[in-house]
Amino acid sequence: MPKLKVSLLTGRTIRQGQGKEYGKLSERYWKSVAVCEIDPEDMKYLGVKDNQSVKITTDYGSVVVRAVKSLRTPHRGAVFVPYGPWASVIVNPETHGTGMPSFKGIEAIVEPASDEQVLHLQELLRQHYKKE
Amino acid sequence: MTSMPVISNVTCPVCGSLCDDIELVVEKNVITKVKNACGVGESKFLGYSTHRPLKPLIRKNGELVETSLTEAVKKSAEILANSTYPILYGWSNTSCEAIRVGVELAEEVGGVIDNTSTVCHGPSVLSIQDIGFSTCTLGQVRHRADLVIYWGSNPWSAHPRHIERYTNFTEGRFRSSTWNRYISTLGAYRTRQRMQRAAKLAGEIGQMPVPESTASEKNEHLPPALLQKQRKMIVVDVRRTRTADIADYFLQVEPNKDYELLQALRALIRNEELDVDAVAGVPIEILEDLVDVMISSEFGVLFFGVGLTMSAGKLRNIDAALSLTRDLNQFTKFLIMPMRGHYNVTGANIVSTWQTGYPYAVDISHGYPRYNPGETSVTDILTRGEADAALIVASDPVAHFPKGAVENLVKNPLIVIDPETTATSLMADVVFPSAISGIEVEGTAYRMDMVPLPLKKVVKPSKDILSDQQILQRILREVRRLKKEEREA
Repeated sequence: MPKLKVSLLTGRTIRQGQGKEYGKLSERYWKSVAVCEIDPEDMKYLGVKDNQSVKITTDYGSVVVRAVKSLRTPHRGAVFVPYGPWASVIVNPETHGTGMPSFKGIEAIVEPASDEQVLHLQELLRQHYKKE
Repeated sequence: MTSMPVISNVTCPVCGSLCDDIELVVEKNVITKVKNACGVGESKFLGYSTHRPLKPLIRKNGELVETSLTEAVKKSAEILANSTYPILYGWSNTSCEAIRVGVELAEEVGGVIDNTSTVCHGPSVLSIQDIGFSTCTLGQVRHRADLVIYWGSNPWSAHPRHIERYTNFTEGRFRSSTWNRYISTLGAYRTRQRMQRAAKLAGEIGQMPVPESTASEKNEHLPPALLQKQRKMIVVDVRRTRTADIADYFLQVEPNKDYELLQALRALIRNEELDVDAVAGVPIEILEDLVDVMISSEFGVLFFGVGLTMSAGKLRNIDAALSLTRDLNQFTKFLIMPMRGHYNVTGANIVSTWQTGYPYAVDISHGYPRYNPGETSVTDILTRGEADAALIVASDPVAHFPKGAVENLVKNPLIVIDPETTATSLMADVVFPSAISGIEVEGTAYRMDMVPLPLKKVVKPSKDILSDQQILQRILREVRRLKKEEREA
């Protein structure tokens, strides 16, 4: 299965903003945040189509999100995941003594995961953070 | 015909732009129409009543169940009074009045009070304390700036009306809006795209060669129009954003190389020669042109976003950006401003500073305020697993902190005050639903340029729903009562 070494960027999108203000439990939030914007050429390399699942793995964890074709190209080798619980499980917690974790430019591997489901918020929380 | 009850000049409680020209139609205590707001603001004003718990919740046998306000206050006060190193975190989505009570509570329980700037512009604050910064209000930018640079910032998504209200698309007293120019550029771009598609199609059937790229993409110089005496916008980012589409020029920097680029610009401003062909993926010729554009501007402003604070270098990137602005002032007027995210994150810094002396990451566990981000910042405390309880107000760290920090946050007793159901409230032990500041409660918030603006109450909250400030006051009163009891026992 093809794998791609990328630089992972996280950040805001207007849809993430609208989704979070509408409600974190909403389908709208999930659709806007549990995604990964990939360069179309990189998607071709991975053999992934729009809306198929991809798995992103970093040194800190892995998560399955929906792949979407990036509209503003080229940016081969860089993928973008909006801020949210899905991005948070794979970002670099190292603050280098500043208080600020490294949310951008994280080394990551992206691979197709078409048979895996993108978890909804409550399932994701259950899987990663069990409350006893 | 009766006219609709319109409430005008409403301040939008979403982002640091704090637009205060919103008009709302309110009928029977429900907002039915929103005018002037961006997509995110509209989503908040129209959707504020969805996904909201209406009663306090408390965790019993692993499940969150409804409880009374008195019970929730009692439980929260017990958690905080019995903990040795609690964290009080959030604060950027509430009013300054609530934050003030938060600081008082932190003093009482002897914990750490930190706000979301710790994972946003915290490095900028550190750097500004080191170097200082030449800044201004957004009104000055609106009326006077002829060169606007957005660096590591995407206002189209994060501050959607910033360009329209404060920079290039606004009609200033001394500067004209560039809206018409943008519309004609957009038209030309669309035509070019259509022609390219047609040429490609023709190429595929073997009639015409396919053009590889447009002339401007191949050209290793900035467009000469940037040196003309008119308002212009440059975007520097690691990927092409919608803001970059609006800009007169987009400079793509390689991820984690902003520091090199900023320092290269500083060297070029001092007329030093760089013995390389490109810095951070940008040809030197382009950088030389950019320096000319900066120096020849009459009033330049650099807005920087978390693209600089969150990538490699962090506060050092900001050091370089602040120093670049300082250097440019030898030639022209140049100013700098962080693009603050949440609507009152600036207020959180300001209230924390006037109450404790420090803007964020304030540790009061010794009985007096200490400030050492990296040590006393919440993400570090949580990652090291040092806190033993948490009170989260108007924030969602479970959704936005790195995994290791969240694991340690949720394993301890967790109290949440938030109007909405969030990832954090789902993991909490006590949840207080609160009224929304700026919609159901009035108050004060600070815009990104440190101008305070009033938040309006436009609808009444549901019965029994208190404001963040009132809930915090009740918890504070109960904590004081418990401590007094302890002393007297």
